[in-house]
Amino acid sequence: MKKENRLAKVKRRNQSIAFGLFQLISYSIVALLFIILAFIVIKGFSVISWEFITEMPKEGMTQGGIYPAIIGTLCLVLGSMLFAFPVGVLAAIYMNEYVKDGWGKKIIKQMTNNLAGVPSIVFGLFGMALFVNKLEFGDSLLAGSLTLGLLVLPVVIRTTEESLKAVDDTFRHASLALGASKWQTTSRVVLPIAFPNILTGLILSIGRVSGETAPILFTVAAYFLPKLPTSIFDQAMALPYHLYVISTSGTNIEASRAMAYGTALILIIIVLVSNLLANALRKYFGKKVKMN
Amino acid sequence: MYFCGENKITDLKTNFKQIKEKVIETILMLSSATTSITVVLIVFFLFIEGVGVFNKKPIEEGFLLAVHPSNTIKKLEPAQIKDIFDKKITNWSALGGKNEPIVPFRTEDITEFYSEEELGENFEHFPEKIDEYVSKTPGVIAFFSEKYKSNNFHGRELDINKITVREFLSGEEWFPTAHPVAQMGVKPLILGTLWVSFGAILIALPIGLAAAIYLSEIARKRTRNFLKPLIELLAGIPSVVYGFFGLVVIVPLVQDVFNLPVGETGLAGSIVLAIMALPTIITISEDAMNNTPRAMKEASLALGASHWQTIYKVVIPYSASGITAGAILGIGRAIGETMAVLMVTGNAAVIPHTLLAPVRTIPATIAAELGEAASGGMHYKALFALGCILFIITFCINMLVEVVTHRNSHKKH
Repeated sequence: MKKENRLAKVKRRNQSIAFGLFQLISYSIVALLFIILAFIVIKGFSVISWEFITEMPKEGMTQGGIYPAIIGTLCLVLGSMLFAFPVGVLAAIYMNEYVKDGWGKKIIKQMTNNLAGVPSIVFGLFGMALFVNKLEFGDSLLAGSLTLGLLVLPVVIRTTEESLKAVDDTFRHASLALGASKWQTTSRVVLPIAFPNILTGLILSIGRVSGETAPILFTVAAYFLPKLPTSIFDQAMALPYHLYVISTSGTNIEASRAMAYGTALILIIIVLVSNLLANALRKYFGKKVKMN
Repeated sequence: MYFCGENKITDLKTNFKQIKEKVIETILMLSSATTSITVVLIVFFLFIEGVGVFNKKPIEEGFLLAVHPSNTIKKLEPAQIKDIFDKKITNWSALGGKNEPIVPFRTEDITEFYSEEELGENFEHFPEKIDEYVSKTPGVIAFFSEKYKSNNFHGRELDINKITVREFLSGEEWFPTAHPVAQMGVKPLILGTLWVSFGAILIALPIGLAAAIYLSEIARKRTRNFLKPLIELLAGIPSVVYGFFGLVVIVPLVQDVFNLPVGETGLAGSIVLAIMALPTIITISEDAMNNTPRAMKEASLALGASHWQTIYKVVIPYSASGITAGAILGIGRAIGETMAVLMVTGNAAVIPHTLLAPVRTIPATIAAELGEAASGGMHYKALFALGCILFIITFCINMLVEVVTHRNSHKKH
């Protein structure tokens, strides 16, 4: 009896040590996130001003602002989404609504997974070989947008597929029973219900695209270009590449550190805002759909 | 009559509707084929360019290597040529030739032997003087541009072996811009990539697993709903921001703690990659643990096992394949990661012996060098070949994950 008691005690002690440790580790990871965020926010906050986001870089990128990089990134986000969003949503509709389970679907799924697993630098190589050299777009917004678009395509497809799957089959059956065609059912019944979730996916992929560096290194990004792009065949600066340049290979790394903190903060803000927005949308529409 | 017409119109309408449906379906099908086409195109372009490395001589375009006509050596390996010009091999006998000291010669060395007047104002006498010098120096090996090769050149041009796949993979020196012959050994880069990635997993796996267990089995639902989105947010931070954070925080920290001359080391890369791999590992293993049937857990508890015993005797074994998948995917992410690694590992292309020295990974090499490599040149192709290696590695990793998770889903049924 006594022995058993001791055993139970040891057991309980081991358990509480292990659980305490696991709890500590979990909170440490979250703490790490806050340390990274706080570090960049504190150091970058003093740099950010109206001039910082509306002026050209000056004095070898140690002064002035990052206006062209912001505009460049906006153009890239817009360009890549113009490509990836329609293609991705249509592809997901086909996969979820049209094609029957079988080897064809399996192949498409597997290929989409494979594309998602391709490292971003390989997209850079591919974009350079195909868009910049073969199709002779040169280093341009077009080449960069298409490369980034292909990169996020699997993300768009996956989130859209999930949103479509979440739509209850009774809606489809009801629509089909009323004599609507497949496309009518999809476009007038399924898509409107799934739309909020699809939108959420879109916003999340915007966050992803705006932070990618490796794919744009050789397809669009300019080291220093104090003017705005005027056509899709122009080079452009971009936020992530700008951060890389001024923190590793700028003309004066120490002097441009402040600018680097500011740029990092802007990038983080874009990602955070897109994440929060996506979550808020999900919650807002989630309630609305349920009420209906 | 009237009735018949209406019938026709309805027919037309249904026909039109059917055609429209078909057109839409085709468009949808084409869209869904985009990813497959892209994968095929990536493979095609990567390999077309990458294979070029093995079809070209690793000497700079338009240049040649020549020896004295009496020399018995006919062919040299790229590594041997480098050693000759680095003065590591100084006698032809070391290469199986005659016992004669090697005299390396580059175009610019000509000014040591001939005056400016002899060479001519616009170097118009270069070819004959090079010819003269080569023919009177028995141990010479000369590296010069083809435009300086005189019409009746007396020296013998050396044949340079193309790089073989084996040499490419096992070569220990990566000097793609080296003169006179590029050194394309990717072993240090492959090893560097693997070292940094496995270092990252060694750090991230225990931490990630502990967090996954906590989130899935121990934490209350409210705590979990609070922590999980935050951890997932880690995955959303751009890699270049991680690189920047690593550069200004982790690199100096590593330097101070280990008292190193430079903080840009493999370890710094591993730490940054570990932070980046955490969300992947946690999310996937937590999902796997959540799938443990409730009945199994309850059976274990009913037998008198403690909560902790249940976790490591029931939940972890049950979700082992999911956890493995998470770990493998984490490695995959780490291997393919470019910017963060590029910014913190120091990028020295040497075979790593410790994580406390600068290392260089495959993606970082591509990112750092492609901008300088002339399109279509040897260096450019070598970088595409590196891309092929990277693609193959990550492809295998994805397949492995597929196999592991597939086995898991079989087990459940």
